[in-house]
Amino acid sequence: MSLAAFDLVAIWTVILGLAVFLYVLLDGFDLGVGILFGLAPDTPSRNVIMDSIAPIWDGNETWLVMGSIGLLTAFPLAFAIIIPAVYFPILLMLIALVFRGVAFEFRYRDAERRGFWDYGFHWGSIVATFAQGVVLGAFIQGFEVDGRHFVGGSFDCFTPFSLLTGLSLVFGYALLGAGWLVLKTEGEVQAGARRQGRLALLGVLAGIGAVSLWTPLMNAEIARRWFDWPNIALLSPVPIVSGLIALFTWRAFQGRHDAAPFAGGVALFLMSYLGIAISLFPMIVPGHYTLWQAAASPDTQLFLLVGTLVLLPVILLYTAWSYWVFRGKVTADMGYH
Amino acid sequence: MLDAVLLSRLQFVWLIAWHILMPAFTVGLASFIACLEGLRLATGNDVYARLSAFWTKIFAVSFGMGVVSGIAMPFQFGTNWSRFSDATADVISPLMAYEGLTAFFLESAFLGVLLFGRSRVPPSVHFFAAMMVALGTLFSSFWIIAVNSWMQTPAGYALVDGRFEPRDWSAVIFNPSFPYRLAHTVTGFYITTGFVVLGVGAWMLRKGTGGDAAKRMVSLTLWLLMGLVPLQIFLGDAHGLNTLAHQPTKLAAIEANWHREHRAPLTLFAIPDQQAEKNHFAVEVPLLGSLILTHDVNGEVPGLTDVPPHDRPPVVIPFFAFRIMVGLGVIMLAIVATGTLLRRGGRLYTNPLFLRACQWAAPIGFAAVLAGWTTTEVGRQPWTVYGLLRTADSVSPSLTGVDVAISLAAYMVAYLIMFPAGLALMARIAKRGIAAAQEEDPIEAGRPKSPIATLPGEHVP
Repeated sequence: MSLAAFDLVAIWTVILGLAVFLYVLLDGFDLGVGILFGLAPDTPSRNVIMDSIAPIWDGNETWLVMGSIGLLTAFPLAFAIIIPAVYFPILLMLIALVFRGVAFEFRYRDAERRGFWDYGFHWGSIVATFAQGVVLGAFIQGFEVDGRHFVGGSFDCFTPFSLLTGLSLVFGYALLGAGWLVLKTEGEVQAGARRQGRLALLGVLAGIGAVSLWTPLMNAEIARRWFDWPNIALLSPVPIVSGLIALFTWRAFQGRHDAAPFAGGVALFLMSYLGIAISLFPMIVPGHYTLWQAAASPDTQLFLLVGTLVLLPVILLYTAWSYWVFRGKVTADMGYH
Repeated sequence: MLDAVLLSRLQFVWLIAWHILMPAFTVGLASFIACLEGLRLATGNDVYARLSAFWTKIFAVSFGMGVVSGIAMPFQFGTNWSRFSDATADVISPLMAYEGLTAFFLESAFLGVLLFGRSRVPPSVHFFAAMMVALGTLFSSFWIIAVNSWMQTPAGYALVDGRFEPRDWSAVIFNPSFPYRLAHTVTGFYITTGFVVLGVGAWMLRKGTGGDAAKRMVSLTLWLLMGLVPLQIFLGDAHGLNTLAHQPTKLAAIEANWHREHRAPLTLFAIPDQQAEKNHFAVEVPLLGSLILTHDVNGEVPGLTDVPPHDRPPVVIPFFAFRIMVGLGVIMLAIVATGTLLRRGGRLYTNPLFLRACQWAAPIGFAAVLAGWTTTEVGRQPWTVYGLLRTADSVSPSLTGVDVAISLAAYMVAYLIMFPAGLALMARIAKRGIAAAQEEDPIEAGRPKSPIATLPGEHVP
């Protein structure tokens, strides 16, 4: 293992980690908006809710493609083991994303069947989110592996634990979606989002609590990592800070500030993400392969790194610009004026 | 007994066939819209603004369907073809990653501005957004066809313990069949869009709607097709020579040629018999096979029996798919030639028979694209990486036939709901016509003020 290869794996771990987190945030809030969309009382509010993400959803979903291809490129062995193991959650997610994605255009053009596409948008968002949560749960639990292949059954990934992570993520994305709506809307829709955000937060906290207790009980290695001295002292800020953020977010949804709830949701996701990373690092196929064992050839990682370092800042720039173009509040009678 | 390999292949066919219809249309349409926006900026002529608003609406629907069906594609490599992914990832996955980095983000970020930003950014920035979307579609074509071409004519790799490792990136990307396939495919995409625009324009002229804008559509695309269709025939021929050099067995299957021979005939029609290794009911033209395939009447044409039976593709499919593609190409050429003659006589916009033919030919490009891809992909069998990795050894080992049967059924139901609905919506936008596309434009191109506003010409129950 040369020094150069070691560095490349570390760099790709950081890049992919950031890409996945960006995906979770960006598509998280717009899947969350889709989850809350079904709770809106009438068509005008639904239009506003949809308009709040219509110009940007496609870019957000692009991070999903990038994340999966990034995993394939940087850690192909992990991709080849994990993706077949979560065959059905992936199927559910993709089909849900189909209905959700076309709803943006279809509901505006197909007045007779608008109810159907609304339904597709709402349930598509819920199912896609739930499926991603199941993938997360299955990933934490680990897979049956022989050599370079997954050798378990295609239904092994559905466990009580992965169903719990699935449900938790639905609350999680709803929390981000509510934060986004508070930021982008006014009046009734905003008031509704503040209420829903608080409910989602309660669900998220229950979920985080259950997962945090269940994970070390399931896995002695993870338990040692968190609870052995001195780790327990070093890592104690993680739950404490998470608790403070949760309190801040609750107050933010009650308060007057429009950006604070979204910021609180993002911070809470960041802490959960950190928690999972602490539990699993350096495994990329938990229980079987580390990031270093599953890495692509240094040639491959270097070839993509060169382009990524040039292109990624540019992508972030023009993506930020496109958000800037559509800044400000969305209102029912004005759309994007 | 359900076979996971066969069902996974069928599932890939189902997903890719529907998906490719969208890029086949949107690659050309994105460029067309960028041109219209540019012409509008340059000339200030309102007809271009109307045309751009009209086609942007149709583009939005087709692009959305392209996105959601496209997201499913990279996941297929993991869910159903994990052994292929494990073996080839080091070489081809960075190319797919570059597709994401250079194309997908560009398309999606600027699509929002193109569809919803008309009143939020200056006209020149809106034109820039249209150009970036078009550029994105072309970058996307570049990378994904590089990947496909590498599977057909692998280069720049070393095979170590059953896994491919990169040795020379420019050889990987610019592998032997890549330039030919890229040119042939992108030209095919442009032609596909051209015939749709021509068909819609002709339909409007027949109905007497659309006026000046419809004439502009017919005229513009006919000029374009006049160049592209003959070019495509030339490119196809060059691509054929390339296939002869690098994939002789595929070429033998396309021609249903069982035995290597000099002075080979051209088989116009036959029923190939894989078991008996011969053709029934063959209709042949002497010498023409060698002449077309090698550009020399004495040229040697490969035969299927050059390789053992388990290394041969199912001959019937590429043989017929190729003939369908060529037949459609001949029809395209006839339409373009007729249009050119009518233009000279000044009867281009009035000849009812010609306009009707154009209208019927609107979907011709899609059929040709599907036939062409069927030819090249089935012709690659039984390999995923030509001559090196078998399709049967590429599938995920954990899958059962039942697993794949369930997923295929789910994809079939979903796509049979989505694609016909999308097609109906695009047809509806076309029926409402060019004027309606602007009238429902109080806010932005791409969206009516109130989604349930009734539009001119719409029947209210």
